Amino acid sequence: MAASGIIFIGFVLLHMYGNLKAFSGHDAYNEYAEHLRTIGEPMLPREGLLWIIRAVLIVSLVVHVYSAAKLWRRSNHARTQRYVVKKNLASSFSSRWMRWGGLTILLFLIWHLVNFTIGKVNVSGGATNDPYNLLVDTFDTWWMTIIYLVAMFALGMHLHHGVWSSAQTLGLTNNARARRNAKALGWIVAVVIAGGFSLVPIFVLAGVITK
Amino acid sequence: MTDMPDTTLTGDPSHDAPGAHGDDAAGYYVPGSPIADTKSPGGPIDERWQTRKFEARLVNPANRRKLDIIIVGTGLAGGSAAATLGEAGYNVKSFCYQDSPRRAHSIAAQGGINAAKNYKEDGDSVHRLFYDTVKGGDYRSRESNVYRLAEVSTNIIDQCVAQGVPFAREYGGLLDNRSFGGVQVSRTFYARGQTGQQLLIGAYQALERQVAAGTVTQYTRHEMLELIVVDGKARGIIARDLVTGEIETHLADVVVLASGGYGNVFFLSTNAMGSNVTAAWRAHRKGAYMANPCYTQIHPTCIPVTGSHQSKLTLMSESLRNDGRIWVPKKKADCEKDPRDIPEEDRDYYLERIYPSFGNLVPRDIASRAAKNVCDEGRGVGPEVEGVRRGVYLDFSAAIERLGRDGIEEKYDNLFDMYARITGENPYETPMRIYPAVHYVMGGLWVDYDLQSTIPGLFVTGEANFSDHGANRLGASALMQGLADGYFVLPHTIRDYLADGPFEKIEESHPAVVEAKKAVEDRVAHFLGTSGTRSVDSYHRELGNIMWEYCGMERTEDGLKKAIDLIRTLKDDFWRNVKVLGTNDSLNQSLEKAGRVADFMELGELMCIDALNRRESCGGHFRAESQTEDGEALRHDDQFAYVAAWEFATDPDVAEGMGTPVLHKEDLVYTAIEMKQRSYK
Amino acid sequence: MKVTLKIWRQPDSVSPGAMHTYELDGVSEDMSFLEMLDVLNEDLIVKGEDPVAFDSDCREGICGMCGLMINGQAHGPEVTTTCQLHMRSFKDGDEIVIEPWRSDAFPVVKDLVVDRGAFDRIIQAGGFISVNTGSAPEAHSVPVPREDAIRAFNVATCIGCGACVAACPNGSASLFMGAKITHLGELPQGQPERDSRVVGMVAQHDAEGFGGCTNIGECTAACPKEIPLDVISRLNWDLHAALRHGH
Ligand SMILES: Cc1cc2nc3c(=O)[nH]c(=O)nc-3n(C[C@H](O)[C@H](O)[C@H](O)COP(=O)(O)OP(=O)(O)OC[C@H]3O[C@@H](n4cnc5c(N)ncnc54)[C@H](O)[C@@H]3O)c2cc1C
Ligand code: HEM
Ligand code: SF4
Ligand code: FES
Repeated sequence: MAASGIIFIGFVLLHMYGNLKAFSGHDAYNEYAEHLRTIGEPMLPREGLLWIIRAVLIVSLVVHVYSAAKLWRRSNHARTQRYVVKKNLASSFSSRWMRWGGLTILLFLIWHLVNFTIGKVNVSGGATNDPYNLLVDTFDTWWMTIIYLVAMFALGMHLHHGVWSSAQTLGLTNNARARRNAKALGWIVAVVIAGGFSLVPIFVLAGVITK
Repeated sequence: MTDMPDTTLTGDPSHDAPGAHGDDAAGYYVPGSPIADTKSPGGPIDERWQTRKFEARLVNPANRRKLDIIIVGTGLAGGSAAATLGEAGYNVKSFCYQDSPRRAHSIAAQGGINAAKNYKEDGDSVHRLFYDTVKGGDYRSRESNVYRLAEVSTNIIDQCVAQGVPFAREYGGLLDNRSFGGVQVSRTFYARGQTGQQLLIGAYQALERQVAAGTVTQYTRHEMLELIVVDGKARGIIARDLVTGEIETHLADVVVLASGGYGNVFFLSTNAMGSNVTAAWRAHRKGAYMANPCYTQIHPTCIPVTGSHQSKLTLMSESLRNDGRIWVPKKKADCEKDPRDIPEEDRDYYLERIYPSFGNLVPRDIASRAAKNVCDEGRGVGPEVEGVRRGVYLDFSAAIERLGRDGIEEKYDNLFDMYARITGENPYETPMRIYPAVHYVMGGLWVDYDLQSTIPGLFVTGEANFSDHGANRLGASALMQGLADGYFVLPHTIRDYLADGPFEKIEESHPAVVEAKKAVEDRVAHFLGTSGTRSVDSYHRELGNIMWEYCGMERTEDGLKKAIDLIRTLKDDFWRNVKVLGTNDSLNQSLEKAGRVADFMELGELMCIDALNRRESCGGHFRAESQTEDGEALRHDDQFAYVAAWEFATDPDVAEGMGTPVLHKEDLVYTAIEMKQRSYK
Repeated sequence: MKVTLKIWRQPDSVSPGAMHTYELDGVSEDMSFLEMLDVLNEDLIVKGEDPVAFDSDCREGICGMCGLMINGQAHGPEVTTTCQLHMRSFKDGDEIVIEPWRSDAFPVVKDLVVDRGAFDRIIQAGGFISVNTGSAPEAHSVPVPREDAIRAFNVATCIGCGACVAACPNGSASLFMGAKITHLGELPQGQPERDSRVVGMVAQHDAEGFGGCTNIGECTAACPKEIPLDVISRLNWDLHAALRHGH
C-alpha cells in the first residue's frame, strides 16, 4: 500500500509538472506531450517509456485498490457491532476519509482517462487531437473545472494523511520528531500537488490560459 | 529499619510483666501439639539451602510430562512457578480469577525489589539482608527460610534482566539502586514507580511462552473453590468457570497455592477488588494450618476514605515521607480550617515531636498508629466520614521551598498527579491528606522449609504462605519473596515430593472428589436460593468495619472478644439473609463475592482469636496491654517466640461448621542472629 | 448530583443486548466512576434487578482489567483508566452513555465485560524473551544504555487494557503489539528473537480478527499510558526487516 502510494506520489508530481507547461503556451505543452511519447527512442520504441510507466501505474493501482479493499473489509469485520456513541479525538478528517476519498479519486481517474487519454472526449464538442486545445476546451466548461477541483481536494486530503501514513508504514517515524516531520510533509505534499493541479483549470476558467 | 538502634532487652520495662497474665484466648481455642519444620537440613545457616537442594530427589525428565501440577495464582509467586515448572517439562495447569494472568495484584507494587547484589559496594551482603529481614520482622520469622530468601535474591535480578525487565539504569548502563524503607544500604532495584508491574510482565511473558510450548494450560476467569484431598494428599481442586458457571474438577499430582494475601478481610485495603482468602481458606478447612493470621501490615501513607461509597484505598509511595512533614492542628477547632490558614505555632508535627531522632521516617507500624491516635483524639483533618475526620497532613511546602517546585516534580510527579486525580486537590498548593490502610498480610498458610503445608502435596508460595516476614515486612521484600519462591525455591523442593509420583490415578467418581464438588455446588445453591434482603457488599463492609475497629492498628483483649461476638452474629445473619441475584450459569459477580465474603468471615474470626492469644506487641501487631511506659510496642520473647499455626476444627452446630480452632506452636530458634527489642526514639 | 445512565445490557455472549436507562441520584463528585456503578448496583440489588456486570480489579490504574466506553470515549473524558476517572469530571444532570469495548476479537461476556484473551494469544506468539529460569547471566554482564532502558520502560507500561482497540476505527491492536515489540526490541536481550517475534505476533493479531492499522491515531489518544504512535512505526520497521531476512 505504502509502496504503491509512493509511486503514485512520484507520478502525480511529474504529471503536475507537465500540466504546468500549459502556462508556457500551446506549443510548449504539445511538445511536452509529444516528448513523453518519444523519450528513450531509439532504445525504446515510440511510447515505450510511457507504456512502462503505465504498466507500473496499473500494477500499483491494482495493488493499491486491492489492499485498500482488504483493509476496508478487515476493519468492517473487526467491529460488526457499532458503538451507539463514538467520538473522534485525535484522528484528522483526512485520515477518516481515506476510503471514500480514495473511491472519489478512483471514479475521477476513470473519467479522467476517458476524458484525456483513452476516449478523448471533448465536452464542448471541439477537436480531440490537439492535447492543449482539449485541455483548454475542457476547463472552459465550468462544471468540468468543478469536478476537477473536487477531485483535487480529495487527492489533497488523501495525500495529507497518506504521506505521513506511508512514512509510518515504512517504519520511518520512530520518534516524536520524525512523526512531526512526516505530518508536516503530508501538508506540504498535499498543498503542492492539489494546488499545483488546480492552477491550470482555474486559470483556464478565468481566461488567463486560452487557445 | 536497620538504622534503628538496638537495645537488648534487659530487665522488665513493661506495665505488663511477662507471664503476669493468663491465657487471654482461653476458651476460644484448644491447645494442640507442637509443630516443627523438619525439612531444613540444619548445620551452618549458609549451607542449608545447598544441602537441601542436593538432598531433594530428582525427577527423571521423561517422567515429568506425566506429572500434573496445579498452580492457583499467576502473580509473582504463581506465574514464576508455572513458567519454571513448565520449562522443566512438567504438565502445569495455571489458574487465576482475572481475565489474564498479567492482572494479578503483584502488578500494583510500586517501590521496588530487594536483592543483596551489593552493586553499590556499601556493605550489603546476603547476611545483612538476612539480618535486616529477620529484625524488620521483629524476630518472628523462621531463620532458615529468611536466609535462603536473601541468598537467592541475587539470582532474581539476573533472571528478570534477562527476561527484559526494564529496571532503572545509571548513565553507564548499569543497574541503579535506591535505599528503601529506612535501610542504610541501597539494595532496592526498581522500574520507576511500577516495579511490580514490570516484574509481573516478565513472569507473565515467561508463562505465556510455556503456554505456547504446550507445557502450561492457562485457566483464566476460573476461581478455585475447594481443595481435593485424597488419602491425606492434595490431589486437585474444584474450580468454577466464572463465565459459564460450570463447576469443574481438576486433578493433579500436586497442588500449589499462590493466591496472594487476604487484606480484603478489612473490606477497605490497598488490595485488588478480587483479592481473597478463599483458596487458602478452603485448604485450611481441609487440614492446612493457618499461621499467624493476625499479622497485618498497615501502611501509613494512603489516600484517606472520602465517604461510605469508598470501594478501595490507594497507596502513595512511602518515599513521600522523605520530604513531606506530617502534622495535624493542635486545636480541634482548627480541623475544619484551610490548612494554609493555620499558623505554624498551632500545628503539631507529632512524629517529629514524639520521635525526635527518626521524625517522619519512623517505621510503618509506628507512623500508622500515631496517625490513628491523633485522629481518635479528634484532631484528624479532611471530610468527616461517619462523624470522624480520618486524615493527617503530609505537607510539602517546606520541601517545595527548599528544592523548588521543579525539584519536587522531578522526584514525585506521578504520585502528585495520582493524588490530584483521586482527590481533586492540588498537592503543590495544599498539603496532602493521608491515612493508614491495610496493605499486606504477613500471616498465611503454614509451610515448612520446602514450602509444603501440613497437607502433603499442597505447596504454598508468595503472600499466601506465612512467609519470611515475621510480624512485619520490610519494604521491597514481598516481590523478592514471591519471585524467590516461584523461580528458585519451589521448583527444587517440589521435585522431592514428585519423585514418588506419578501417584495413583484417581477418578472423578472417587468419593473425596464427589464430596468436594458437592460442597461447592451446595454452597452455590445456598447463595442463590437464599431469598435474603442484604447485599453481599453490605456484609463485607460491616465485617471490614469490625476488623478495622478491633483488629486493626491497636488491639485489646476486650475489643477482640467483642469483635469475635460481632463476627459470629454477622456470620449467622449472612448465611440466613444474604441476597444474591442471577443464576449460576453465567458471569455472576455477586455470587463470586458471596463465596469470598463467607470465607472472610471465618478468617476474621480466626484473626481475632490469634490476636487475642498473642498478648504481646510485635511488628504490625500491637496489643495495647503490651507496651512500654512511653507507649511503645513490647515483645514477650519468653512467651511468644513462636509461630501460631492454627488447625481448623469442625463443629456441626455452627453455621458452616467452624469449630474451636486448635493451636500448634512452632518455636522460633535463632542460631545465626540474636533477638533484640526495636526502639525508635 | 444526579445523572442519567444509558448502559449496554447483554445477558451473555450469544444473546442480543440493548441500551437501558437508569437514573442515579446522590452521586458524590469524590466517587470514582466505578464506585458510582457500585452504588447503582447496590440499588439494583435492593430492587431485585440483576446488577450491571463490569470488570475491575486493582482500581488504581495498573492492572488493565477495567475499561468502558464512556460517552464515546475509551476510559472516558480524561487520559486515565476507567477506575481512576472520578465523578467530578461530570456535571449534575449529565447523561452518560456506557458501552463495552466493541471489537469482534473481544467478544462480550456479559453487559460491559469483554473477553480479551486475544491479547494473551498475541503474547504467546512471540511477546517474550526465551530464557529458562536459572540460565540467566549475571545482570551486570550486559550494560544497557540508559536512554534505551528508559524507552523500553516507557512503552513497557502498557497495561493491556484494550482501549486502543476500542478506540481504533479499524479495531486494530497495533498499539498494544507495537508497545511490546518496542519494549523487547529496545533491549540487547531482545535482539535474538526480534524477527520471529514480530512475524509471529502480527500473524496472530491478524488471525484473531483485529483490523489493519491505517495510522489514524485514535489509539494513542485513548491510551491511559500514553503509548506513542512511534511503536507502530517500530513494529512496521521490524516487520519489513524480518521479511527481508526471509521470515
Ligand atoms: C499497592 C501495593 C504496593 C506494593 N508495593 C510493594 C513493593 O514496592 N515492594 C514489595 O516487595 N512488595 C510490595 N507489595 C506487596 C506485594 O506486591 C505482594 O505481596 C505480592 O505481589 C504478592 O504476590 P503473590 O504472587 O503472592 O500474589 P498476587 O500477585 O496477589 O496474586 C494472586 C493470584 O492468585 C489468584 N487467585 C487468588 N485467589 C484465587 C482463587 N480462589 N482461585 C483462582 N485464582 C485465585 C489471582 O488471580 C492472582 O493471579 C505491594 C502491595 C500492594 C497492594
Ligand atoms: C485509485 C484510487 C485510490 C484509492 C481507491 C485509494 C485508496 C486508498 C486507501 C483505502 C488507503 C488506505 C489507507 C487508509 O485507509 O488510511 C490508501 C492509502 C494511501 N494512498 Fe491511496 N487511493 C487511491 C489513489 C491514490 C493516489 C492517486 C495516491 C497518490 C498520489 C495515493 C496515495 C496513497 C498513499 C501514500 C497512501 C498511504 C499508504 C500507507 O499508509 O501505507 N492513493 N489509499
Ligand atoms: S497500548 Fe495503551 S490502550 Fe492499548 S492496551 Fe496498552 S495501555 Fe491499553
Ligand atoms: S481496575 Fe486495574 S486498571 Fe482499572
